[in-house]
Amino acid sequence: MKIAITSTGNSPESTLDQRFGRCSYFVVYDTESGATEFIPNPNKNAEDSAGSGSLQLLTSRKVSKIVSGEFGSKIKDTLDRMKIQLIVLRKPEKTISQIIELLDHAKNK
Amino acid sequence: MNYCSLSLQRTIDHLLMSPNFKRPRKILSPPPVKGFKPYGPDLGGENGEPVMLLFEEYEALRLCDYDMLNHHHASQEMGVSRPTFTRIYASVRQKIARAFVEGRQITVEGGKVYFDSGWYHCASCTCLFNNPEMEPEVTSCPLCGSKDVGTSDALPENAYIYPGSEDVCVCPACGMEIKHQPGRPCGQQICPSCNTRMKRKGKPGCRK
Repeated sequence: MKIAITSTGNSPESTLDQRFGRCSYFVVYDTESGATEFIPNPNKNAEDSAGSGSLQLLTSRKVSKIVSGEFGSKIKDTLDRMKIQLIVLRKPEKTISQIIELLDHAKNK
Repeated sequence: MNYCSLSLQRTIDHLLMSPNFKRPRKILSPPPVKGFKPYGPDLGGENGEPVMLLFEEYEALRLCDYDMLNHHHASQEMGVSRPTFTRIYASVRQKIARAFVEGRQITVEGGKVYFDSGWYHCASCTCLFNNPEMEPEVTSCPLCGSKDVGTSDALPENAYIYPGSEDVCVCPACGMEIKHQPGRPCGQQICPSCNTRMKRKGKPGCRK
């Protein structure tokens, strides 16, 4: 299963980005293999429809969960239809490695 | 100062003042229909522009006139202050009255809102998540795996406080600070350590 996390930078020490559509990087974490992939977000400075553009990027990688601080009002309906789970974490100080640790912990339980 | 320079001054003031952050309004669910159409013999088809209701205005009307809440409780439901709620409610009354009197259509759309249906809350990592599959039922948090999850109806009151808001209630006697809750005046907050009524930080009568 692949999980996307929004990130402010391209290292595991960067923190969670509080925006979904206009975050700096997406981290795609594969729970089976433990591999992480950092993808720079091309929609970071987009004028509009940054959310749907980012969503296309993530669906092409077949993610089934997205962790972010905030989602726009347009995106939730689309994600519901695509059966992608949203996880809203209002903790901007959490680093990517801490979140991956949490996810691993949840899987092993 | 003549009228022209006065209006220029206002424009400059407006540019210098940073506007207050607009808090997202919490909405239970979108309305069951997209709008309403008038009917009658005098209406030859479309009668002018439709009146646009925002989702937040629909929600204000629902809470106030359908669920019969007072403005204070309804504002807490929507996560905004009581005066803001009253403004939203006044706006929806005015719009509906205009639609009725002028025989216009009503459409419900837009507004800065987020929907509250189908959200779950994890008590151990404080995240919110939804369950788009519906089946199976949620038993553990997808992030930390904790079993301590509940629906967002059972959320603690401050879980919806927007992280960008810096409103703080401060105790004038001992200086203790707690986060301000929208819809609850600081003067009604009692300081947990010395039982004094609190004040908004930065307002006169409180410590720095």
